[in-house]
Amino acid sequence: MSGKQYNILSSRFGRADGHKLAVYEREGGYQALRRVLGGMQPAEVREMVKESGLRGRGGAGFPTGVKWGFVPQGAEEVYFFVNADESEPGTFKDRLCLDYDPHQTIEGTIISSFAVGARLAFIYIRGEFGWLIDRVQAAVDEAYAAGYLGKNILGSGFDLEMLVHKGAGAYICGEETGLINSVEGKKGQPNIKPPFPAVAGFLQKPTIVNNVESVASVPWIITSGPAAYKAIGTEKSSGTKLFSVSGPVKRPGVYEVPLGIPFREFFHDYLGGMVEGEELKAVIVGGSSVPVLPAAEIMNCNLDYESLAQAGTMLGSGGMIIIPESSDMVELIQVLMHFYFDESCGQCTPCREGTGWLHKIVKKLRQGAGTPEDLDLLEHVCQGMAGLTICPLSDAAVMPMRSFLAKFRPEFEALIQETAPVGPQSRWPRGEQE
Amino acid sequence: MNKPVDARTPLQLSPESASRIETLVARYPTRASALMPCIWVIMDELGHVPPAGVALLVDKLGVTPARVHEVLSFYTMFRTEPQADYVLQVCHNISCHIMGARPVIAHLEKQLGIRMGERTPDGKFALEGVECLGACGMGPCLQLGKHLYEHLTPERIDGLLDSLRKGVVPRADTDRELEA
Ligand SMILES: Cc1cc2nc3c(=O)[nH]c(=O)nc-3n(C[C@H](O)[C@H](O)[C@H](O)COP(=O)(O)O)c2cc1C
Ligand code: SF4
Ligand code: FES
Repeated sequence: MSGKQYNILSSRFGRADGHKLAVYEREGGYQALRRVLGGMQPAEVREMVKESGLRGRGGAGFPTGVKWGFVPQGAEEVYFFVNADESEPGTFKDRLCLDYDPHQTIEGTIISSFAVGARLAFIYIRGEFGWLIDRVQAAVDEAYAAGYLGKNILGSGFDLEMLVHKGAGAYICGEETGLINSVEGKKGQPNIKPPFPAVAGFLQKPTIVNNVESVASVPWIITSGPAAYKAIGTEKSSGTKLFSVSGPVKRPGVYEVPLGIPFREFFHDYLGGMVEGEELKAVIVGGSSVPVLPAAEIMNCNLDYESLAQAGTMLGSGGMIIIPESSDMVELIQVLMHFYFDESCGQCTPCREGTGWLHKIVKKLRQGAGTPEDLDLLEHVCQGMAGLTICPLSDAAVMPMRSFLAKFRPEFEALIQETAPVGPQSRWPRGEQE
Repeated sequence: MNKPVDARTPLQLSPESASRIETLVARYPTRASALMPCIWVIMDELGHVPPAGVALLVDKLGVTPARVHEVLSFYTMFRTEPQADYVLQVCHNISCHIMGARPVIAHLEKQLGIRMGERTPDGKFALEGVECLGACGMGPCLQLGKHLYEHLTPERIDGLLDSLRKGVVPRADTDRELEA
């Protein structure tokens, strides 16, 4: 493996005792908080994070320090939300952060809350992570007992309460306004922006929502300094990123790498290449909502925001899905369209109806009933869905659909010419009632 | 199967659950914002939220019945009917699909004699297809309550079902976390 190894986020991954407060403290934990509360001003903390170049790791890549600056000066009541909804297919990195190192996220949350002036922070964890919620709650309890949470933290006069909020199964609650509505005790449907949550969020008060990985990066930025963080990665993509890798590679799992690492190197040196008997066909690099790249295209890409945008896709959540030659691309897109159809919250007609149409047309193709017009119809439906809705879920369905069609069109056309078999083979994924 | 609860009698929660609800109401910034966690308290005790549970939430949180029903129906993990003893939720999303979720589901259907979305006549098992469980690198996987079973094979499934038939929930991959 070439280059320097980094473990800003992952030093305790895989360790049986990594989640314990004593271990975290012994390895330098809560020193950043001590420094911050030992005399820094919130504006200084915001400035450090801005200078570090840290960009949101939840998918959109928005600079974290800049977002914090959107909270109106002098706001009395501010809320901080950690987004641990982690429901983007292919993504399982935040789970490891919270499993093995919950205190790093908790410390990052306390510092972030201080920086934006919040006195109450929520960690919103998807309901399916039942065991993880117990784990994080135990760590929060430890932090309260040690005086890192509650009133007058470390004698600084800063108060912060922290609540671990359990979701209940809805992908759309990962979208920040859906998440906020969910904690208000409503359906998790997104709101029209503006106003942005930083101005009017939870209970109409300024609210910052950040991804687990973004927040977990903050303590290191404070202790090592923004320049050290900026020195890692590329000019516009600084720091390290967690990639969660699934599919038939020799070593799937979560890896922390400096942004900008060539995919080729990551694939061979970290993932060990494909398992015996499989060839690489394509990669979805940033979670199921980003465009797919065929093997030949991804092989020449570097893993950073700009390079991937140039290649026509996005870094997204870093949920990297490795697709082997043996996969049927039309079948895979049917699985994904079923997912988006299932998860559309139903507020916007283009999304609610469009996702259903896309799923239906792909299913029809796979049942051997497709016509050449259906491929145009897919494109036509996509046109009616993109950029027209309250939240980006609609676009999140369009991006994989369009790219699968553009990059693997012959597989779609073959179904029309040959008539695929009808029968048990085509009843994926929901049985006969599908 | 957990027992149905009569809608006409007020819900009697255990003292622990009742006190958890009081704590949540006190800690959340508004009463309404404590709705989801309070639903979880009832779910944890009864496995579902019966009509009398809705009445209790309306009373404790000062929200309308419509709001409670709306929330109960929006989130897939909330249930208003008694559930099977073991609800096996198998991921059928993309990464698990690539790694062989389909044969795993076929095997489960065969062994249980039911199709996805159905429940065994004795009320012991239910089989559900679910979206990504956040275990994509360890797929195919299935979830049973708080337990997540990863790297499923037909052999592992047989072992799991044998054990559940005897009333024992075998150690899951995620239980490791809580033992340490
Ligand atoms: C449909 C949808 C699902 C999302 N799911 C998640 C999620 O599971 N976790 C997450 O951190 N962000 C998710 N996001 C992005 C959030 O809206 C938000 O941008 C993010 O939490 C901000 O944090 P960051 O700036 O630290 O990345 C989702 C967005 C959309 C549109
Ligand atoms: S785009 Fe889809 S998920 Fe987003 S608000 Fe509209 S209907 Fe809901
Ligand atoms: S796709 Fe199955 S757990 Fe993510």
